[in-house]
Amino acid sequence: MNESLHVSSQFDEDLGRLRTHVLQMGGLVETQISAAIDAYTTGEVASVKTIVETDRKVNDLEKAIDDDCAHIIAKRQPTASDLRLVLGISKIVTDLERAGDEAKKIAKGVRRIYEAGHMPAQYGVGIRHLAEAALTMVRQALDAFARLDGTLAVSVIRADADVDVEFKSIIRQLITHMMEDPRTITTSIDIISISRAIERIGDHAKNISEQVIFVVEGRDIRHNKEAIK
Amino acid sequence: MQTHDKPQLKAEARNLNFYYGEAKALKNINMPIYDKKVTALIGPSGCGKSTYLRSFNRMHDLYPGNRYEGEIRFFPDNTNLLSSDVDPIEVRMRVGMVFQKPNPFPKTIYENVAYGLRVRGEKNKRVLDEKVETALRGAAIWEEVKDRLQELAPNLSGGQQQRLCIARALATDPELLLFDEPTSALDPIATGAIEELVHELKKRVTILIVTHNMQQAARVSDYTAYMYLGEMIEFGKTDEIFIKPQDKRTEDYITGRMG
Repeated sequence: MNESLHVSSQFDEDLGRLRTHVLQMGGLVETQISAAIDAYTTGEVASVKTIVETDRKVNDLEKAIDDDCAHIIAKRQPTASDLRLVLGISKIVTDLERAGDEAKKIAKGVRRIYEAGHMPAQYGVGIRHLAEAALTMVRQALDAFARLDGTLAVSVIRADADVDVEFKSIIRQLITHMMEDPRTITTSIDIISISRAIERIGDHAKNISEQVIFVVEGRDIRHNKEAIK
Repeated sequence: MQTHDKPQLKAEARNLNFYYGEAKALKNINMPIYDKKVTALIGPSGCGKSTYLRSFNRMHDLYPGNRYEGEIRFFPDNTNLLSSDVDPIEVRMRVGMVFQKPNPFPKTIYENVAYGLRVRGEKNKRVLDEKVETALRGAAIWEEVKDRLQELAPNLSGGQQQRLCIARALATDPELLLFDEPTSALDPIATGAIEELVHELKKRVTILIVTHNMQQAARVSDYTAYMYLGEMIEFGKTDEIFIKPQDKRTEDYITGRMG
């Protein structure tokens, strides 16, 4: 990635502003996810409303950033690392927005479970651990973007495999619970959809990291497991 | 899109140096020109791209004190275009040139295109008529001028004059066409017409184009070479150069980071 200045300082400002907005948006999504996890552990369903409200801000930022990308392309015809940055950002914001949506799904699932008065405590630990891992992935993906750090991005992509394994193990546990005691089915299904949402957040963090690698190195490593070995 | 076909060589610069008197303007250039492809030369003013382009049709021979070293091999016959026993007039029949500003002769449209053929000794009226029409069609200007072939060429619009100059260059059936910033004096519509024409022409002829307009290089060329201070810094597929150049100097230039 090229850090030296453009002849046009206006162009530097445009790109700088774009990056700042992505990080702002990323910060909001992180807050959404961690608030959703807290709600799951503590049963504070009041925070669900805040999470949903934050989602609107996230959506607005996604549109504003995409609009800025379109303007930069039209006005500046970016090439090479600049082009990769703009293209990467317009994909990163899509994944961020979807990660925010997943946080909203978690929050709503949590509300359903607590309002029905069914919180089987034994699920708490596994889910919390899974969620922490996914949240760390999002944080690191954003760090990798902020510092244009391809190595960190690769480690985020590797971490996704662990999240997937944990997710599958939670699903197995839940299936066992449901078979042993059919009264847990309603709650278990909600918890399955919550774990699914967490697992998807990990996927979005992975996608973001893939874009970071594209921005930094110009390599498109999507759908290519060999590329990060 | 990546293309995987293996292109044939049309020409190749080998250890090419060029001197304007004492001043060394080209420094050990090695570069392939692929057959029926468009190769763009980009780089800041004074980097040697026009000097390099002009070496291909021996334009520098017109001034004393200019000196070439090395070779430009021309295929399939493997002629060294720079060799002193190769006649520059013959080279210019095989390697046509279109300049920055349209420069039609102060003659009729017809005579502009027929000029090269007459120099070559063609006198048969029917052959001339046919070749003039083919060249004008090839330069996508036939429909606009077919009813006014006897009018003076300088009365045409700038874009039409430039296409006429392309037709003039095409008339002798050149194998390589050199374009030296062919659209820098034209408006966007006329520019679009020339770019479209370049795309058509490469089905028949190899093209080497110098341009200051980076987006134009990206749009029209298959290969791009970045030159700086008389050196060839990077040569590669255009698709790759504009997304992921290998050299930091190329990157700085095409992203507008060079002061």
